[in-house]
Amino acid sequence: MNDFRMPSLGADMEAGTLVEWKVAPGDRVRRGDIVAVVETQKGAIEIEIFEDGVVRELAVAPGSLVPVGALLARLEGQAEATDAAPAPAPAPAPTPPPAPAPPASMAPASLEPPARPRVTPAARRRAAELGLTLEGLHGTGVAGAICLADLPQARPLRAGGFEPLGMRRAIAAAMGRSKREIPHYYLGQSVDLSPTLDWLERLNAGRGPSQRLLPAVLMLRAAALAVAGSPELNGFWKEEGFRPGEGVHVGWAVALRGGGLVAPAIHHADRLPLDALMAAMRDLVTRARSGGLRGSELTDATITITSLGDRGAESVLPIIHPPQVAILGFGRVAERPWVVDGAVVPRRIVQITLAGDHRASDGHRGGLLLARIEALLQKPEAL
Amino acid sequence: MSTTAPPRTTYREACRQAIRAAILADPRVFLMGEDVGRYGGCYAVTKGLLEELGEARIRDTPLSESAFVGAGIGAAIAGMRPIVEVMTCNFSLLALDQIMNNAATIPHMSGGQFAVPLVIRMATGAGRQLAAQHSHSLEGWYAHIPGLRILAPATIEDARHMLAAALDDPNPVLIFEHIMLYNMEGELDPAVQGVDIAKARLRRPGHDVTLVTYGGSLFKTMAAAETLAAEGIEAEVIDLRVLRPLDTATIIESVGRTRRVVIVDEGWRAGSLAAEVAMRIMEEAFFELDAPIRRVCSREVPIPYAAHLEQAALPQPETIAAAARGLVRPSA
Amino acid sequence: MTRDEILALVADILGGIAPEADIATVPGDADLRDALDLDSMDILNFVAALHERTRRPIPEADTPRLVTLNGVVAYFQTAGP
Repeated sequence: MNDFRMPSLGADMEAGTLVEWKVAPGDRVRRGDIVAVVETQKGAIEIEIFEDGVVRELAVAPGSLVPVGALLARLEGQAEATDAAPAPAPAPAPTPPPAPAPPASMAPASLEPPARPRVTPAARRRAAELGLTLEGLHGTGVAGAICLADLPQARPLRAGGFEPLGMRRAIAAAMGRSKREIPHYYLGQSVDLSPTLDWLERLNAGRGPSQRLLPAVLMLRAAALAVAGSPELNGFWKEEGFRPGEGVHVGWAVALRGGGLVAPAIHHADRLPLDALMAAMRDLVTRARSGGLRGSELTDATITITSLGDRGAESVLPIIHPPQVAILGFGRVAERPWVVDGAVVPRRIVQITLAGDHRASDGHRGGLLLARIEALLQKPEAL
Repeated sequence: MSTTAPPRTTYREACRQAIRAAILADPRVFLMGEDVGRYGGCYAVTKGLLEELGEARIRDTPLSESAFVGAGIGAAIAGMRPIVEVMTCNFSLLALDQIMNNAATIPHMSGGQFAVPLVIRMATGAGRQLAAQHSHSLEGWYAHIPGLRILAPATIEDARHMLAAALDDPNPVLIFEHIMLYNMEGELDPAVQGVDIAKARLRRPGHDVTLVTYGGSLFKTMAAAETLAAEGIEAEVIDLRVLRPLDTATIIESVGRTRRVVIVDEGWRAGSLAAEVAMRIMEEAFFELDAPIRRVCSREVPIPYAAHLEQAALPQPETIAAAARGLVRPSA
Repeated sequence: MTRDEILALVADILGGIAPEADIATVPGDADLRDALDLDSMDILNFVAALHERTRRPIPEADTPRLVTLNGVVAYFQTAGP
């Protein structure tokens, strides 16, 4: 039997609420199958399973708040499941079996349990619904209990099931950790995007609106190809040090209307041709805003790209999303005077910026990455 | 077009008219009890009824609760619709064996062959300096007993109409009339021709705290709600009306709105009806609660004779308001 | 198409793109991207939906004419190419 536990869908996640099981006991599952939907601060996330097998037991009922690492279900591995022979009956135990140990992946309990805060039942339930931890809240209820008045109002209805306050806390936790732990270096480069945009306009002129590409897709494509050649900027910083990513999985930052941000991964972005990349981006943005992101999309990104779009600022000094080691920023494309062959001409310029983790790489390597992106954007027909 | 105001009457008169109407409407109905005839009832509820309706329908009994309650049970089994008056619930303990071991159980033990369509009225509660043997509130004890329906009319309308519904019930019904309500004056809407004896009723809507009460405590609770309203606290007041079977749904629904509860019960606190209501809330609405449940009950003493001590022993509008305030504005 | 028909179509399409947006509150000359927090992907999807529902070809160069309600109305009230 193998245990399927609540995955961590981000460094800041402590628990998730099981919304729905997509499998039942007896179902055969394959690695990558979606088996459950879990509500987190990033909305309702579809959770994939990581191994093949047969579901034997669902340990948690929908509606339960489950800490990261706690048991969700038990699986019978493939070998066990296909083995038809019944297992021999175990010899009767001479002593009662010991009490089950707490799940190994849960944090060891500290010797001094913290004083249990007083929380009213209604407040505890709402906090769970909102995905809030109660630590640090000041209680104003009877006997100093944390009561409903001390919590934000019930979840505002949003299309994607996002709770703005919960998401804000998640962003605060991740970015706070990043600024505390990651020694950032920053690089910036102004890149003439005119060849790319001219080429793109010619391409789009022959296409209907639904077939057109956005400039962001070309920038993403160029960046993903360039990142593939900069392994030290593509991966994770773990306790043991840098671990390169297995593929270029670009976390694409999607701003949510009304506030909040999520950067789900486009897997193997460097291997997708432009039209497929456009389709992947469209799908990802839609699901980020309406719900239905998958757990792997929240955990697999090896580098993040944030593109400010045509109403954004001209450049961004981005903050690395831990445990990643780099983030690329694309500012708003703006027409600027530019020197070409000794003459000043109007050109469409984009500021590309990079924040790198100095523990994993140096500015020199980062500069090479930016130069490669620039070079790729000068030859859009090759993208 | 002119409209006439609904006629004003008293709770006592409403009780009297209920008995009179029931006797006139159904030849099987009669009233018996101590001093109900010639004396007119110790709280004057039945004054004048003997003269109007005659000795066959208004019967004085010896001072023997066990005997005349038992006689009422027998009459009910034999097809009559007796209304038995017990002077106060304090004396009903002499008839407890009849009420519990016979009235409440015979329909069950006979497999439904015998119904006991009996109504027992009794006065309950304190406030008139009648001291410890005449002032207790024992309706919570009776609400413990399966097979009985327990009513607590707190309004003139319920006093006027609950009796008819009780007589229609094929099972024994006990009606507890609080002695401090008899002189209460108010309007009686002639358009209302009957009431249910199943549901609690919202007497005042609010959203900050639910005050659950019944009987003689209702108007103290309403007064507390007025005090609270002046402070900006909107209390919802629920009149239980029926103490058994409890209308839990109405309570739970209100708790879902207010998330805070004070239960007001003139019974003693330990093992009280208030405890039962609180426990129902814990069982069915625990996760709705945003504050501990509070109770305002009588002090755990035999009700004193001295006026100031008696008042101190009973729930009062000030103590009710204070309990609610402590839940809604704990830090104030 | 009449102005009302066009506005109803726009409301329907934007309801699918930004369900939380209330088009009734948007002035006719306001930039939809600012008023409803739409990005370039949203505008592209909006134009694609306008094309699908009206069958009218919309060259990419016309997109800037379609970012206000008044602009959309004017665009579809004129004869197509």
